[in-house]
Amino acid sequence: MAGYLEVLAPGPLALVQDAGRPGYAHVGAGTAGAADRGAHALANRIAGNETDQATIEILLGGLALKVRGGAIIAIAGAPTPVTVNGRAADHHTPLYLADGDVVRLGTPPTGLRSYLAVAGGIDERPVLGSRSWDSMARIGPEPLRPGRLLQVGRGRHHAPNLGLAPTLLPTLEPLTVSVIPGPREAWIAGGVRRLAQGVWTVSGRSDRVGVRLLGDPLARARGYADRELPSEGTVLGAVQVPAAGLPVVFLADHPVTGGYPVVGVLREADTDQLAQARPGQRILFTPVSTR
Amino acid sequence: MNWRLLPCGERAVLVELGDLAEVLALAAAVQMLSGQQDGPWSAVVDTVPATRTLLITVRHRDALDALEAALPSVLTAVAFAGPRGAERQRPGETMTIHVRYDGPDLDEVSALTGLTPREVVAAHTGRPWRVGFVGFAPGFAYLVGGDRRLEVPRRASPRTLVPPGSVGLASTYSAVYPRESPGGWQLIGRTDTVLWDSGQEPPALLSPGAWVQFVAVEG
Repeated sequence: MAGYLEVLAPGPLALVQDAGRPGYAHVGAGTAGAADRGAHALANRIAGNETDQATIEILLGGLALKVRGGAIIAIAGAPTPVTVNGRAADHHTPLYLADGDVVRLGTPPTGLRSYLAVAGGIDERPVLGSRSWDSMARIGPEPLRPGRLLQVGRGRHHAPNLGLAPTLLPTLEPLTVSVIPGPREAWIAGGVRRLAQGVWTVSGRSDRVGVRLLGDPLARARGYADRELPSEGTVLGAVQVPAAGLPVVFLADHPVTGGYPVVGVLREADTDQLAQARPGQRILFTPVSTR
Repeated sequence: MNWRLLPCGERAVLVELGDLAEVLALAAAVQMLSGQQDGPWSAVVDTVPATRTLLITVRHRDALDALEAALPSVLTAVAFAGPRGAERQRPGETMTIHVRYDGPDLDEVSALTGLTPREVVAAHTGRPWRVGFVGFAPGFAYLVGGDRRLEVPRRASPRTLVPPGSVGLASTYSAVYPRESPGGWQLIGRTDTVLWDSGQEPPALLSPGAWVQFVAVEG
């Protein structure tokens, strides 16, 4: 049944993503992969795939696809309104599409990123073992453009056996995430407890590299005011504090090294939720002492 | 050899050491151990050396406790062997890179260092450099251990486009730009050698610990 998905319109940003490209950080290429790994895996499961098949990561809807040859698709993550040939359809459930069907995604009322999986996976050419576009390293399948034909893979899949997947959808309410003290907590006055006392707002300048936060700036601890940190390796979910004191939380395309102190690191599952936080949304941190 | 383990989330630990030589010695030891079939070392998925630290990431968070428990004895062994120990056991490869020394900043570097352009080339090719770490862009290797007379500041205003293969100097480092990008390094030459190819395994010509010998060729 392997056919194609033809991109009619990509919307603000539509990318091919999978579980990422670990193992190349020492030569300067990070992991990348889906920004909300949980939603990416869920879309795959609903479509009957293994969870590591490539999906389309759609920022704020707007994607339109024409199905060539029939396909089973599923959409998870930000609850984008879905239509098939103009008729309303559901997300978080398998959709059985015929040759020529047109799928359109509207703007989700909450969250940022939706994931469209197709039974068999998206079969773009892998780069270093992954079909993930990395906006920092600029490797992997390029961002989608009108006219692009995405081959549906022949990856192993089974008949979808989920009617409607139960899931917690993103909300616009203040989001609380757990933060573990990081390698340079001592550099920031009050450490993660001070971070947790703040009410932060997601900046519009956030992207797959990181979520920039606005709020009352953090200060350097006494004795660290003028110290320069030699660049060091960084991880997904790291809360980096640049000189101006406004934290950046690293997402999937974060740089492999950074020269600003990392005060804390999010629990990995919480980076998924942060990847769905909208500009203007409030973020609260809860310190957890152990991982 | 003094070291500290710094927490770095559910799947990583940052090992802080005294200097880059110790970092590269530990990185070589971890790389050898991670070839094992089981145990905490087999779970290592990424290592990132930097000037004073080695970041070690494991595949699953369950493996991190065991890794942290196993690290002190490896650090002790590395300290006992000395920074050159790992290099003796398993020397880094030496890559030869041919360079046309006709870069746009060669005269500026000459003025900054007090060397003639010919002496700049002689200093750059006079001894092997070593890959300390990689950053900024895929395959962009910071080369260390060069002739100290070549220490120069970055350009006051970075270029918006540096051509691929450009050979530059900044601070005590040298580097080759793997592909077209903005950049502020002083450019002294250019090579046709491919530094990064996403279609190859490994994709990077230079990994941490490798040695680089520059050789001057005529334009």
